[in-house]
Amino acid sequence: MNTEEQLYTVSIYTENNIGLLNRISAIFQRRHINIESLNTSPSEIEGVSRFTIVVYMDEVGMKKIIGQIDKQVEVIKAFYHTEEETIYQVSGLFKIKSDLLFEERQIQNIIKESNARIVTVNKDFFVLEKSGKREELKDLYEKLSVFGIMQYTRSGRIAVTKDEMKISKMLQAFNNN
Amino acid sequence: METQTITKSQEIKQITERISGSEAIVRCLIEEGVDIIYGYPGGAIMPVYDELFKFQDKIHHVLTRHEQGATHAAQGYARISGKVGVAIATSGPGATNLITGIADAQIDSTPMVCITGQVASHLLGSDAFQETDIIGISSPITKWNCQVTKAEDIPSVIAKAFYIAKSGRPGPVLIDITKDAQFSHFDFSYEKCTKVRSYNPIPKTDIQTVEEAAKLINQAKKPMIVWGQGVILSKAEKQLKAVVEKAGIPAAWTILGASAIPTSHPLNVGMVGMHGNYAPNILTNQCDVLIAIGMRFDDRVTGSLNTYAKQAKIIHFEIDPAEVDKNVKTDIAVLGDAKASLEMLLPLLKENSHSDWHQKFKDLYAIEYEKVIKHDLYPTKEGLTMGEVLKEINLQSNGNAAIVTDVGQHQMIACRYADFNITKSNITSGGLGTMGFGLPAAIGAKMAAPDREVVSISGDGGYQMTIQELGTIFQQKAAVKIVVLNNDFLGMVRQWQQLFFEKRYASTEMVNPNFVAIAEGYYIKGKKVTKREELAPAVAEMMASKDAYFLEVCVEKEDNVFPMIPSGASVSDIRLE
Ligand SMILES: Cc1ncc(C[n+]2csc(CCOP(=O)(O)OP(=O)(O)O)c2C)c(N)n1
Ligand SMILES: [Mg+2]
Repeated sequence: MNTEEQLYTVSIYTENNIGLLNRISAIFQRRHINIESLNTSPSEIEGVSRFTIVVYMDEVGMKKIIGQIDKQVEVIKAFYHTEEETIYQVSGLFKIKSDLLFEERQIQNIIKESNARIVTVNKDFFVLEKSGKREELKDLYEKLSVFGIMQYTRSGRIAVTKDEMKISKMLQAFNNN
Repeated sequence: METQTITKSQEIKQITERISGSEAIVRCLIEEGVDIIYGYPGGAIMPVYDELFKFQDKIHHVLTRHEQGATHAAQGYARISGKVGVAIATSGPGATNLITGIADAQIDSTPMVCITGQVASHLLGSDAFQETDIIGISSPITKWNCQVTKAEDIPSVIAKAFYIAKSGRPGPVLIDITKDAQFSHFDFSYEKCTKVRSYNPIPKTDIQTVEEAAKLINQAKKPMIVWGQGVILSKAEKQLKAVVEKAGIPAAWTILGASAIPTSHPLNVGMVGMHGNYAPNILTNQCDVLIAIGMRFDDRVTGSLNTYAKQAKIIHFEIDPAEVDKNVKTDIAVLGDAKASLEMLLPLLKENSHSDWHQKFKDLYAIEYEKVIKHDLYPTKEGLTMGEVLKEINLQSNGNAAIVTDVGQHQMIACRYADFNITKSNITSGGLGTMGFGLPAAIGAKMAAPDREVVSISGDGGYQMTIQELGTIFQQKAAVKIVVLNNDFLGMVRQWQQLFFEKRYASTEMVNPNFVAIAEGYYIKGKKVTKREELAPAVAEMMASKDAYFLEVCVEKEDNVFPMIPSGASVSDIRLE
């Protein structure tokens, strides 16, 4: 088993319960594992939520944590995947003074080259949206920060796995039981 | 029994009635077969107490003297009976006082349902009087918890609570019910919960893993079993005994596994762990196959993991997948319920006796006997030992008593020396090591099994942590036999100070009260023993008593418990002195 620390994407399918976030984050906290990012959303199955958590740790620890998450009553199933096994994205929003869009040519080039999208423009500011890998956002951030960024925020990772996660089958098996 | 409850719940299902949430709570408990609950009233739970008053012919509510006592009593009830223990408290301080018992039940896998009152839902989050976020506080120490703000959710949530508490690996569940949910009326009907879709209590046993395990066991020359409470929880005592006898495997137990196989059984080789027996600890590091059954390789059992059973192949029979490979890497994990798995295993095992290997256990026992046991049980010095008190209790109860202990030296001595003929007879706080557990747990045990002799054995320290429960014993006329082994010290901590802190006895010496007078203050008959010749008659008088009885035995102040694996050391570095 891999004893080297690396980034893992944890996917947790759960019942929709407000208390669960508390329970899940406590499992990481007890072992002093820093959560790099956390996202919750509906999943492909109606009424089932999905947590996507990114952590940096070794596989031995990862397995133990997955076991402890899995045993929470309202967790349907928890999985972990390496970077190679997932397709993932983060999304960032940049709020920038509108004047700059016209005064600084460079900015327009940066926007074009980075495949960022202008979400809104008004006389005071415009908002730029960029989805991609974390490094791409970092790159864009660095380029724009030279001109001044009024606000910046980046979302948690969202990810899908290359392999199937057989949640629907599990739920079906339960219903047939 | 079973069919009765089913028809009863069908009856209620058909005739839905409009009742209050608080009445529903009590009716749900009755539906679940609850006959005794432990608790303490207060503002946010008063509507429920009002209903308990009306239903007192069906449910006996025991007023403990502290909510912690209610949880431990519920635990004692659960541990001796295998049924779900129930504790109930008001919001705020009532709820927070439950926390120690809940944490204890979580780590020792005890089925318990706690019900707390909560402020009205419109006040939630406002720092209202006696509002505490008990759901937040109890999340990490409950198997499941849930807040109910609508009366109509009460039946399904309580049904789910009982199902989750007792199924699979058992544990505590807390249900927090707002006062408005208790007051409002709804159409009541009750249906027991039999499944929860996100919850798989018993993983499916893969027959192939059982076959592999059997093969390994059949090939083994020096196999050893270490069983834990999982055997008791899954009612696999018979199956374990059959496996042990057929394959001739020496079997040792963790503290919570005690009593699943009688102490006197020739293949029962004693307790593993920090103060366990010499042979099973030493031979853990010599066996070729270690078969762990319903135990979780706690650090008090394994000592240093780096040197634990490295030479052995490890087979782990376990119901909780999260325990597999958590502490010790296993070669074969047999997931599932211990009873079912052992039943599958038995026909695959070859008959064997392993007599040479078994002889090794006997040889090491002889060493332990000479160095430790003899001096504990048949002391030649003047002062009384804890061991001889246990020996006397064994003798006079014929090994049929349920022993409920607190935490400390007396606990280790009791577990080491008590004779257990009957399963579920060692009720102790293992994983959490909760001082104050013993006395209230003994109340619950006695009430759940009134025909059994229940002997509570505490130290002078822990006894005073929940001593107020003498009031409960008195009020309930619970015929608990209370033994305090008084060394005027927080003995176990003092032992560590002596061995590892150069005898700096920081805050471990106790100046103790007149314990007999305190017992008598609660109208409980008491006696104090200071001399050897007084011991046997005093124990006889205690055993003969039909009512509760208090016995203080003044023992040697600075005796130590041996053998001992110093924390962090290897099981094979176990010390005899
Ligand atoms: C609630 C709690 N506080 C502190 C401890 C730490 N502790 C473990 S054993 C012990 C001493 C117990 O003394 P006593 O009850 O007199 O039993 P003895 O060891 O003397 O038999 C202490 C303080 C504990 N286990 N539980
Ligand atoms: Mg003491």
